[in-house]
Amino acid sequence: MDALIAKLKTQIIEQLNLEGVSPDDISPDDSLFGEGLGLDSIDALELIVLLEKNYGLKIENPADGKKIFATIRTIAEYITAHGKA
Amino acid sequence: MSERIVITGLGIISAIGDNVQQNLASLRAKRSGIGQIKYLETIHKGNLPIAEVKHTDEELLQIAGLAEDTGYTRTALLGMIAAKEAFDNSGAKKGDGIRTALISATTVGGMGSTEKFYLDYINPEKTGDFVKYIDSHDCGDSAEKIADNLGIKDFITSINTACSSSANALMLGARLIKHGIVDRVVAGGVDGLTKFTINGFNTLMILDKEYCKPFDKNRTGLTLGEGSGFVVLESLEAAQKAGKQIYCELKGYANTCDAYHQTASSPEGTGAFLSMSSALALSGLKIEDIDYVNVHGTATQINDLSEGNAMMKFFGNNVPKFSSTKGYTGHTLGAAGGIEAVFSALSIHNNTIFPNLNFKDKMDEFDLVPVTDVLENAGVKNVLSNSFGFGGNNTSLIFSKA
Amino acid sequence: MSICISTYCSIRNNQIKLNGEALLTKGVEVPFNEFIKSAYDLNASPYLKFFKMDDLCKLAFITSEFLLKNRKLSEQYGAENVSLLFANTSSSLDTDINYYNTVKDFASPSLFVYTLPNIMLGEISIRNKFKGENAFFVFEHFQADFLCNYATQLIQEQKAKTVVIGWVELLNENYEAFLCLAEETPDGTELTNENLNKYYNG
Repeated sequence: MDALIAKLKTQIIEQLNLEGVSPDDISPDDSLFGEGLGLDSIDALELIVLLEKNYGLKIENPADGKKIFATIRTIAEYITAHGKA
Repeated sequence: MSERIVITGLGIISAIGDNVQQNLASLRAKRSGIGQIKYLETIHKGNLPIAEVKHTDEELLQIAGLAEDTGYTRTALLGMIAAKEAFDNSGAKKGDGIRTALISATTVGGMGSTEKFYLDYINPEKTGDFVKYIDSHDCGDSAEKIADNLGIKDFITSINTACSSSANALMLGARLIKHGIVDRVVAGGVDGLTKFTINGFNTLMILDKEYCKPFDKNRTGLTLGEGSGFVVLESLEAAQKAGKQIYCELKGYANTCDAYHQTASSPEGTGAFLSMSSALALSGLKIEDIDYVNVHGTATQINDLSEGNAMMKFFGNNVPKFSSTKGYTGHTLGAAGGIEAVFSALSIHNNTIFPNLNFKDKMDEFDLVPVTDVLENAGVKNVLSNSFGFGGNNTSLIFSKA
Repeated sequence: MSICISTYCSIRNNQIKLNGEALLTKGVEVPFNEFIKSAYDLNASPYLKFFKMDDLCKLAFITSEFLLKNRKLSEQYGAENVSLLFANTSSSLDTDINYYNTVKDFASPSLFVYTLPNIMLGEISIRNKFKGENAFFVFEHFQADFLCNYATQLIQEQKAKTVVIGWVELLNENYEAFLCLAEETPDGTELTNENLNKYYNG
C-alpha cells in the first residue's frame, strides 16, 4: 500500500501539473478537493483518465469519483480492491 | 442614435425543422429532434443520442439553393440557410442600399471538413477536389460565406465566446444600430456537429446517454445538437417607416463574467444573476413584467443548479414560467443563443410558451418546476433568454412585445 | 475627463514591454514555454493555476499580470464595471491541435476545456475577480477602430468604467500579445484609433 501511495503521488503531481508541489507535501489522508490541494472538477476528470491509463480501471459514472478521489489513500484502496496493477 | 431595436426577420434550421414554420410546428407538437446518430461519422454511433439536422451535406447544399459546392462546410451551409430565411423574411433585398452587418457566431467553425480531409491535406501525394475545403477551417469562413451569399459588405464578424456566442451576436448587433454604425443587422449563430465536439464533451463526461432532462433531479448531462438561428435587427423607427412586420423588441441585454472557474459556473450563479439583473435594468421593465424565461438549461448537474439558484435569487419566490428548449434541439453551442432568440420571438408573436421536454421530478435544491406542456394564449409579453458559456461568459437577453 | 489609454503592455519576440519599457528580454532561441515561465517567475506573485493553463491563456494571463500590477480595478471601480474586450486571428487553434493529438490515446479533459479562445478572459477574470462584460472576436488582423469604438461605447453606455483591450494570438511557436487599459483619467493618452495603433505597433 505504501509503495502504491508513493507512486500515486508522483503520478498525480505529473498528470495535474501541480508545479512546485513535492510528494512529501501531500499526506495520504489530506483531502484532495476543496480545502486541501484545491483540485477542481476538471482535475477529477484527469484523475479518471489517470486510473484508466495507468491501472486499467474505468469509472463509468463521474459522480462516483467524489468518494474514490477523497484522498490519496482512498484512491490507493480503490485500486487495490479493483485493479490488476 | 436610435433607441429602440426590433426584430423584423427570423430564420432557423435545427433538428426539429428546416425553417421557422417547421420548427414552430414541432415545438407545438412536442416533437423532439433528438435521436440516434445518422449523419455524423463517429464511433459513438448507436450509443449516444444527438440532435442532428436531418439532412446530408449534399441535401443542405440544395436547400441553400447553391448550384455547386465550392468548399462549403456543414457549418457554413446551416448558417446560410437560416440567415437567408431571416433576411428574406424581413423583406430585405440583396443590394437594397441599406447599411447592413452580418454577425455570425460559431464555436466549431469548419472543423467538420478538416476532420474529413485533414489526412488528405497533409499528404503531398494526394490531389483532388478536397482542396477546396482547406480555407474553410477557421471560424470567420462561415461568416464570410453567409455575408457573400446575402451581399452584405458593410460589417462582418464572428464571435466565439463558447455557448453564449450568438446571444452576444444579438447584443453587438443592437449596439451597432444604436450607435449609427449600420442600419440593419443579421445576427445569430451556427454550429454543425463534428467528431471534435462529441469527443470533447464526452471527455468532460457530461453527455446524457438518454435524452437530456433539463432541471430534472435525475439529469445526467446534456445532449449535443446542431443548427443555426438568425434574426434581423432594425431600429423601430426604420421598421415602422417601411411598414415591416415586427416580431418583438430587443429591449434588454447584458453580458457578465462569473469569474469562478474556466468551465463550471459558480454554484450560487453569481454571473447569471448579474447578467439577468443588468439586462432587466437596461430594459426599463419591472421584475414582475417578465412572463417567461427561456433558460439556458443544458441539463448538466452544474448548469441547472447554478441557473436555478440565480433565478431564485433574482426572482425570489415568484419565479415566472420557464422552460429549456434543449430537449427539442439539443444544446447547439454557438447557435444556441440565436436559436433560442428565434424561439423567444415566436413565443411572443404567437403568445405561446413551449415546454421543457423530458422533465419528471423537481430538483432537491429548490422548488422549481418548468412548463411541461404547450401553453397557448399564455399572455407572453416579455421573455428573458439566458445563454451561458465556458469561460464564465453569461448573457441575458430580454425580448418584448413591440 | 476623456477616455484614455492609461497603461499598455506587449509580449512579442520573447520580450515584455510595459508602457514601452522592456522588462524582460530573452533570446529568440528560447522556446515559448521556457520564456513564459521566466516571465511568471519575474512577476513574483505565485498563482499555481498558471501551470494548468494552455499556452494561449498563459500568454494572456502573464500580459495581464504585468499590465494590472499595482492596480486593484475591482475595488476601484466595482467588479461588474471591469470589462474585457479581446480578439485574435487563430482563435484557440493551437490548443485544438494539441487536444486532438491526445484523442488517439486518452483524450485530455483539461486540454479540451481550453479549446475556446474566450477561456483566457475567464482566467483573467477569475484571477482579478472581474465580473463585467466579456467579448471575444475573431478578426483577420488587429482592428484598432473596432476595439476603440467598442470600448468607448462600453464606457459611454455605462456598461463599464474600465475596459481591458487585448489582442492575444498564438499558433505553434508564433505568438503576440498586446493589452491596454482604457479608463477615464486625466493622465493618459486619449483612446483613439491612431493612438491604439501606435501603442500596438510600438
